[in-house]
Amino acid sequence: MAKILIHGKEYEVADGQNLLQACLTLGFDIPYFCWHPAMHSAGACRQCAVKVFRDENDTRGRIIMSCVTPVAEGMRVSIDDAEAKAFRENVVEWLMSNHPHDCPVCDEGGECHLQDMTQMTGHVYRRFRFKKRTYRNQYLGPLINHEMNRCIQCYRCVRFYKGYAGGNDLDAFASRNRVYFGRSEDGALESPFSGNLVEVCPTGVFTDKTFRAHFTRKWDLQTAPSVCVHCGVGCNTIPGERYGELRRIRNRYNGEVNGYFLCDRGRFGYEFVNSPMRLKKAVIKNGEGGQAVSKEEALKLIARMIGMGGKVMAIGSPRASVETNFALRELSGAEDFYSGFSRQEAALVSLVVEVMANGPASSPSLKEVRGADAVLVLGEDATNTAPVLALALRQAAKNGPLKAAMQLGIPYWDDMAIKTATQGKKGPFYSAAPYATALDDVSVKTFYGPPEEIARFGMAIARELNGSLPQVEGLDDETASLAREAAAALLAAERPLVVSGTGSGSEAVIQAAANIAWALCGVNRQAFLSLVMPECSTLGAALIDSRGLDKAAEAAASGGFDTLVVAENDIFMRMEREDAKDFLDSFSNVIVIDHIITDTVKAAHVALPGAAFAESTGTLVSFEGRAQRFFQVYAPEDERQAAWRWLNDMTDAAGVKRLRWEILDDVTAAAASAISALGKLTQAAPSAAFRIAGQKIARQTHRRSGRTAVRAEEIYEPKPPDDMDAPFTFSMEGFQGQPPSPLVPRFWSPGWNSVQSITKYQESVGGPMRSGDPGVRLIEPKVVAAPFFRAAPIPFKARKYGWLLVPMHRIFGSEELSLLSAPLAGLTARPFVGLSKEDAERLEAEEGEEIIVRSGGKELSLPATIVRGLVQGVAALPHLPGISIVTLPAWGVLARAKRKAA
Amino acid sequence: MLSNEERMEIEEELKAVPFKRAASIDALKVVQRHRGWVDDQGLKDVASMLEMPPSELDGVATFYNLIFRRPVGSHVILVCNTISCWMMGCEDLLKRLTERLGVPLGSTSADGGFTLLPVPCLGACDQSPVMMVDGKLYGNLTPEKVDEVLKENGWKG
Amino acid sequence: MEGLSERPLTAMMKADKSAVTLSEYEKAGGYQALRKALKTGPVELQRIVKESNLRGRGGAGFNTGMKWSFVPMNAEGPRYLVANADEMEPGTFKDRMLLEGNPHQLIEGMIISAFAIGASQAYIFLRWEYTLSEERVAKALKEAYAKGYLGREILSSGFGLDIRLHVSAGRYICGEETALLNALEGRRAVPRAKPPFPQVSGLWGRPTVVNNVETLSNVPHIIANGAEWYRKLSRSEDGGTKLYGVSGRVRRPGLWELPMGTTIGEIFEEHAGGMREGMNLRCLIPGGASTEFLTDEHFGVKMDFDSVMQAGSRMGTGTMIAVDDRTCPIGVLRNLEQFFSQESCGWCTPCREGLPWVEKTLGAIEEGRARPGDLEVLEMHGASLWIGRTYCALAPGAMEPLRSGLKLFRGEFERHIKEKGCPYRH
Ligand SMILES: Cc1cc2nc3c(=O)[nH]c(=O)nc-3n(C[C@H](O)[C@H](O)[C@H](O)COP(=O)(O)O)c2cc1C
Ligand code: SF4
Ligand code: FES
Repeated sequence: MAKILIHGKEYEVADGQNLLQACLTLGFDIPYFCWHPAMHSAGACRQCAVKVFRDENDTRGRIIMSCVTPVAEGMRVSIDDAEAKAFRENVVEWLMSNHPHDCPVCDEGGECHLQDMTQMTGHVYRRFRFKKRTYRNQYLGPLINHEMNRCIQCYRCVRFYKGYAGGNDLDAFASRNRVYFGRSEDGALESPFSGNLVEVCPTGVFTDKTFRAHFTRKWDLQTAPSVCVHCGVGCNTIPGERYGELRRIRNRYNGEVNGYFLCDRGRFGYEFVNSPMRLKKAVIKNGEGGQAVSKEEALKLIARMIGMGGKVMAIGSPRASVETNFALRELSGAEDFYSGFSRQEAALVSLVVEVMANGPASSPSLKEVRGADAVLVLGEDATNTAPVLALALRQAAKNGPLKAAMQLGIPYWDDMAIKTATQGKKGPFYSAAPYATALDDVSVKTFYGPPEEIARFGMAIARELNGSLPQVEGLDDETASLAREAAAALLAAERPLVVSGTGSGSEAVIQAAANIAWALCGVNRQAFLSLVMPECSTLGAALIDSRGLDKAAEAAASGGFDTLVVAENDIFMRMEREDAKDFLDSFSNVIVIDHIITDTVKAAHVALPGAAFAESTGTLVSFEGRAQRFFQVYAPEDERQAAWRWLNDMTDAAGVKRLRWEILDDVTAAAASAISALGKLTQAAPSAAFRIAGQKIARQTHRRSGRTAVRAEEIYEPKPPDDMDAPFTFSMEGFQGQPPSPLVPRFWSPGWNSVQSITKYQESVGGPMRSGDPGVRLIEPKVVAAPFFRAAPIPFKARKYGWLLVPMHRIFGSEELSLLSAPLAGLTARPFVGLSKEDAERLEAEEGEEIIVRSGGKELSLPATIVRGLVQGVAALPHLPGISIVTLPAWGVLARAKRKAA
Repeated sequence: MLSNEERMEIEEELKAVPFKRAASIDALKVVQRHRGWVDDQGLKDVASMLEMPPSELDGVATFYNLIFRRPVGSHVILVCNTISCWMMGCEDLLKRLTERLGVPLGSTSADGGFTLLPVPCLGACDQSPVMMVDGKLYGNLTPEKVDEVLKENGWKG
Repeated sequence: MEGLSERPLTAMMKADKSAVTLSEYEKAGGYQALRKALKTGPVELQRIVKESNLRGRGGAGFNTGMKWSFVPMNAEGPRYLVANADEMEPGTFKDRMLLEGNPHQLIEGMIISAFAIGASQAYIFLRWEYTLSEERVAKALKEAYAKGYLGREILSSGFGLDIRLHVSAGRYICGEETALLNALEGRRAVPRAKPPFPQVSGLWGRPTVVNNVETLSNVPHIIANGAEWYRKLSRSEDGGTKLYGVSGRVRRPGLWELPMGTTIGEIFEEHAGGMREGMNLRCLIPGGASTEFLTDEHFGVKMDFDSVMQAGSRMGTGTMIAVDDRTCPIGVLRNLEQFFSQESCGWCTPCREGLPWVEKTLGAIEEGRARPGDLEVLEMHGASLWIGRTYCALAPGAMEPLRSGLKLFRGEFERHIKEKGCPYRH
């Protein structure tokens, strides 16, 4: 700690930081633009000027940029100094000299950092009277709108896009006051993190194009804290709604998870909620079609189905809340509840749960990932399966060189100096993957091979770390030496991290990863093991039950069940089509609750409209093992409701009264006491009874247009609905200040209308949220180690007439819900088969030519794509609609389709 | 597509640098030497040789005023318009040049013969006013001498 | 050779302006200093140069030996030396003469300097427009390699050095040493954060020294003749001789090597011959465009770093621009600010947005479109685009003439504003 004097008063501040961070942490307002809490200082905008004085005799002082000045013991600072203030006003005046002042038509208006900073400096009158500089805008794809005239050249966009997120198609062009930020030519931005530009840009250059299509000012959005449902990372979000439509997603800071950033799947996937594929009414099957019915009618029918006391089987879902899965389990009894995993998923997630629950390695938060000082990625294409984890890994890859730069005396926040000193060097970072991934550019070295070879490579690393493990037979020298190198790097680190997961479809890969992490733990390292699981609550579902649908089908086949209840699961995606049909046919009644119309919904006798994430409250468990609560953002007009509530209503109607819950907290508490792994579930967020000064928290801002407007007598709004499940109101009445972190519905602070107000919610700038980061970790490592996995797979041998088909995940397209988001449609990959160059030559196939793929009795015709990194004899099949092979890796046969006669 | 010569010359530049990116300006100049300017395709081809994203290379290219990202004429005239030359009458030279070539400063004559560009101080202030044609310096100029220089460079007017 | 002991930098140079060849250079004692240096050892060389009081000729006047001493000599890995031959400061034409006239002198100076800091790779960063220099330096480098002055093993000393000639692609900011390093790395030439200084983290993040061509050209002579001899060449505290130049409407525009500390009056009147017939000196810019105006009141001021500083300006590059009384001083400022505004790298706000505003305001005043408040706007910039408030020294450099011009030409400003136009235009 250092003592500094601000305006003559003494403050304690943490050592090593810069003065801007320190002052913001203390609650002082200093305007800034180029500094960003995650990307740190560039010293470019010169907005953060303050005055420092040498000693008590120094009356003149010196103007310095607070963001590039380290705090020092005894430092004397004046923020209010007249000269410093005048200079800060000048800076805004310069920035405003070319700014178009189009705030009324600008999407950023009302949450614009430039507006805020202009206000803060007191600049009002623009003396610049000459022609303003203008630019041509670019088409940047379906997600981001470009309006260069508003640019204030803070360089944040490129520093984020290139420096932080590793993108390479956005840059700064030209020089002097013609500097331009964009692409070399028009075209969709390629980085899957492009959406963050919207929040990183302090003004309206990069704005959310999807939001633009149904624009509403920030103050008119109804918001509540939520959690992203598009992968297993569990990024915290703030969805915004108006008039029953979900309008946008913004990042919600969680220091332990996503920090300041989201991926584009998470940010723009929300439009599935508005899609025509929503199930909004109860539907009962009559003949081939369906008929929409009222809630009462549907429940009456269901009462007949389940009220007779017939046996019920329940199928839950890895994309459903813990509460919904638990409610299903209560309905059917634990024995007859299945979480709805495919056979393969069941095997993989059971293994992951076993490793997490019984092993000594800690499952890291993303903050811990960002802090890791050596990384091994084993077989997981994180950019496509857990994008924000990949973003965190990119930061970890900089830690080695960063350490070296700090030894030169460069502070970690001096971004430009760090960049000079590190020259973009990366590492230690090793990866193994079946094909080239987006993280290859941060890897020191990458091992390519099919899953079994990756597992063998991993086993060899583990053996390097622990001599008692069996030798991996038959490794070539190159692989063996790479294994030694990676092992040595992990061993030399203080916070080594191993990343793997279910993405490769291989248990052996996960076992190898566990061995490595456990072996590191064995030599007194606090090793981290991050195991990716694909859906927003895969782990939550697995902790309740991890048997697969194959087991459910076996049970169903043995007879005795009358009714099947499925919630939020399309079993056609997890079973072969014929098997799924047979399975459903073995029940007299099939009841399906979901919020989108899936094939399973279409096959149901009764389909009930579930609530999407923004329409309900519940708890999800991320693959870290973090339980997080998402809150209902708005009340849908029709009968959509949370699946657990439908289940409650069903038993009510049937008079079986198996479920006796009034509100969500009842379900959560029941789940926590029934299942020991979920014991801490209730701590994920305060309960519905939570009040601040007797008030609930308002989902609407105190500035919302409407009832309090000047001519409000002409506006009639119905009484807002009550929310029994959450401590929030659906109105502007209620608490408007800072609630505990899991309940923060939006970021706002007086004078800070933009997202930059986040700093006001943090304990220290860039640190945890006040009252701690949201969520509760359910699984902590065991001290006593589980036994190692001892079997290494036999080596892969390319076959003469067969190919090993490995799965390939795509950020856009491999996830069921975001697939329905219209703005992402254009970015969704088309199905293809990925081949190595050698194999393409062997098949005499050119890029784009049709290849017939036969596997497991199926035949697909797919265009060939050369995929870097694939080894001979291995082909990649993307996880995309239209590719109906459920279980991969699998062996298959490829042949070039007959060329059409010329 | 880069020509063989271009490719070979860039390879040569690459040999001399510890990191490929360090040759970016030299490589762009190779293309410019051959084509007069750096066209979009040329930029992309150079980027792929240097293993740089095209956007990043374009960011570099557009920063420097002597990398031309627009076509220029057969001859490039750089007229110093900085202080000493300005005091010594560069405006008269410019007047003469724009009259003769029929285009304003910053443009290329209609026949594609000459591109007329301003340039900051050429470091020959003892000979002000000066200009440079295709890298050759001409000092102590007068409007009359400008005509001679133009003729020397193939101007037929 | 005659004059070598008074005018070490230029005595060898030939009247026909062709380059001193390798054999001519050797005959005059060239590359002897190198032999001596290789036997002397780096730390001792640093000490000699420091004591010689050689101050950087790039404009800032930092003690060269001192600069070298910041290089961590026991850090592992490569170190670099860069000769800054980007000369683009308006009114400056001194390095050109050294590059064209005697490239071996620079090369020898670079080898010695590289040895002194333990660099085995050096660069000459040359501006594109210096085509003749390019040709001659390239030839000289070839000769030096052939003779074993450069290469893996120099004169059987165990020391090796490679010098590469990098020809730039324009932009004044490349002369700023950290921007130069970015340019050399093939990046946008935006200045870098300081600290860390290049001596610690420079080219490719490695210890690097950047020195001006004239600075480096002095080194062989200092090593050959000793620090004391060098200090004695000067008429002031700073060591050595200095290349002084004068341009503008003077009788004999040109460049002369004179003892450091020769007075402004002597340079202007005796060497440049004073103003041309029928003209008077209004003011002069002592050392390249980014220095404050002086007048004939300052003829007695010695041209050295400290004396000119005391007189309220900077010696800068030591090449003066004489402004006559028939040239509009507002036009002079406008021309200068137009240069600076166009050459801003675009990184920091005050420079990128402030300089075009200054330029436009000066343009408006000159053309009779002044408005009340214009002078306040200019004053504001003069105060705000100052050292520490901008990212690098370009913008403060741009403000030096403006700040002094606002004082010196107050009457002229008012006249332009009142008469709604430029009284010097006809
Ligand atoms: C905008 C700007 C332009 C500069 N241009 C040059 C230049 O062209 N040549 C030069 O030697 N130094 C130039 N300098 C000074 C260099 O940054 C650096 O101080 C100098 O090369 C160091 O050499 P010295 O110590 O030998 O003087 C410039 C500085 C600034 C701020
Ligand atoms: S003062 Fe700022 S904008 Fe100007 S050249 Fe220096 S860094 Fe670039
Ligand atoms: S925030 Fe400090 S210079 Fe931009």
